[in-house]
Amino acid sequence: MRQIHKSLLFLLACCAVTSCGGPGEQMRLTGSGASFPYPIYSTWFKNYSRASDGVIIDYQAKGSGAGIRDFINRTVDFAGSDAAMTDEEMAEVDGGVILLPITAGEIVVAYNLPDVSTPLKLPRAVYPDIFLARITRWDDPAIAAANPGIDLPDLPITVVRRADSSGTTYVFSKHLAAISATWRDGPGVGKTVVWADTDKIVAAPKNDGVTATIMQTPGAIGYIEHGYAKFADVPMAALENRQGAFVTPGSGGGGAALQSAELPDDMRVWVTDPDTADAYPIVTYTWLLVRREHGDSGKAQALVDLLEYCLTEGQQIAEDMGYVPLPAHVVTRARAALAAIQ
Amino acid sequence: MSDSTSDDAAAARAPAAAPVARPPSAFERLSNRGFTGATRALTWGVVVLAAYIIWEIGGHALPAIREYGMGFLTGTEWNPNRGEFGILPQIWGTVYSSLLALLMAGFVGLTIAIFLTQGFLPRTLETTFRYIVELLAAVPSVVYGLWGIHVVIPMLRPVADWLHAELSWIPFFSTTLSGPGMFPAALVLAIMILPTVAAVSQDALRAVPHKMKEAVYGIGATRWEAIVKVIVPAAATSIFGAMVLGLGRALGETMALAMLVGNSNQITLSLFSPANTLAAALALNFPEAGRIEAQALMYSAVVLLAITLIVNVIGAAIVTRAAKRLEA
Repeated sequence: MRQIHKSLLFLLACCAVTSCGGPGEQMRLTGSGASFPYPIYSTWFKNYSRASDGVIIDYQAKGSGAGIRDFINRTVDFAGSDAAMTDEEMAEVDGGVILLPITAGEIVVAYNLPDVSTPLKLPRAVYPDIFLARITRWDDPAIAAANPGIDLPDLPITVVRRADSSGTTYVFSKHLAAISATWRDGPGVGKTVVWADTDKIVAAPKNDGVTATIMQTPGAIGYIEHGYAKFADVPMAALENRQGAFVTPGSGGGGAALQSAELPDDMRVWVTDPDTADAYPIVTYTWLLVRREHGDSGKAQALVDLLEYCLTEGQQIAEDMGYVPLPAHVVTRARAALAAIQ
Repeated sequence: MSDSTSDDAAAARAPAAAPVARPPSAFERLSNRGFTGATRALTWGVVVLAAYIIWEIGGHALPAIREYGMGFLTGTEWNPNRGEFGILPQIWGTVYSSLLALLMAGFVGLTIAIFLTQGFLPRTLETTFRYIVELLAAVPSVVYGLWGIHVVIPMLRPVADWLHAELSWIPFFSTTLSGPGMFPAALVLAIMILPTVAAVSQDALRAVPHKMKEAVYGIGATRWEAIVKVIVPAAATSIFGAMVLGLGRALGETMALAMLVGNSNQITLSLFSPANTLAAALALNFPEAGRIEAQALMYSAVVLLAITLIVNVIGAAIVTRAAKRLEA
């Protein structure tokens, strides 16, 4: 009996020693929020953890809305959001909040047409009508007129949308509302919108769910983040921009679109319908939210270092991962804003 | 060394020498009492936990219940931007998909139960098959969902297209299958609840008294007659209970349905049309819900809880009644 007691005590002592930290101080930063930039965030955070000494970053991609709530409740050190923050939400953060544009992404219109190998071109007048279910077949004259030489199949169009409420839907609906009055007065703008009442509009959860459903459904069309489409190798349509040019995603058109937008003081800006000839029409920034006054100076410093890394070295991998690198003037502005973090 | 071995030997002999009956020691009495107390506390803990969950969900749902009242149950629009909430399509989808799944799982599950209990197979094979069927319950929901998207839907498409082309006048086949939809969802759901239905049905069939079977065979019944006319009817109430338990599971299933059902608020009999369910809508809308929408979602959770509770209570009542009847 006494021996058992002794060995138990020894075990306890061992546990105490190991849990009180091994060699080197560890610092843990936690964040939560948008899933749209999650692939690039996880790569950044992993690389940064490896390069720095003992800084561990946890990021949970549970959605922009949940991230903002966690951030306001102070359960996380930083949050990610595709929809920035509203004025009311910003007012709820005590100590003030800085919204840093950290990367940007294109939203692509992906489709599944088994026998069509040339990329489709979709004019501005056509793709809102497809998502409104007013154009319902692939061999519709409006689509055929923009794609001479492509033998469009006699298939119904199945629209695949996001089932969960999401920043991707927000940005996409905002763009459609900007170019189509029928969309603006019908579904409108929101993280979820009410779609036309037809069995040819189906919904799937998250970017990867939509991607999988498009790939499994002949005649499907849907909107997803460029990185997911690129990774899954699903065909993407070239969209007509405001200047009448057809731009394929991932060809530098995203950067051109970002260049065209003026960055206001609070760095909240939406590029709903860029007006340059080589711009890809649906592009959005995504933001990291950090507190002006963090309270814990050690953590604040680590956070500033991390963000500095994301804004400089981190931007170099953006293109490969299907995101749009930030324009130089945005990087300068964001880095200047870091100085305000205490 | 030698000391300790002789001590051990003495200890080993001791129980034989001790009297057979003796009053419990103070330590035994205390540990007995402690154990009784602990079981009681933990049992009540579960009850309290359930009550607390209901209280908490109800509390969060209360503003929405006051605001939307019964109109919530009959409305068909879910529009957080305009603050309009109605869950009739979700209720319809939940009940319809569960009933379809039960229809399939009930038939297959009962067949399996008969096959595995009525001496068609050697004992060892019976046990092996039983484990395999129960293994289906261990597959994670999300795996079923992925399997549904990548295997079941492509497999169903030619069948669905043919049915729609030839028999579109039947309301069940009135639309084409776009991909995710009611039928693939119900089919996968059926496989998910199959272990529950099969296991409880097997127990029901095993509980049929041996004397009864012998009597049936004794008067010259064939195996088919014995099974269909006597054994299954004798176990009918318990089998029905198994179905209700399966239904209860189907009502609450979430992830696989969220991936397969199409999440579109439609009310239609068509098997190939997309639909929505309460559990899927809850899981998908919560992460980004604002305050008002979160309250409406809590209200839907209360509705789902009520539906499942009613189904489970009915199921439990039927099983207890069946058990009493068999005793008598």
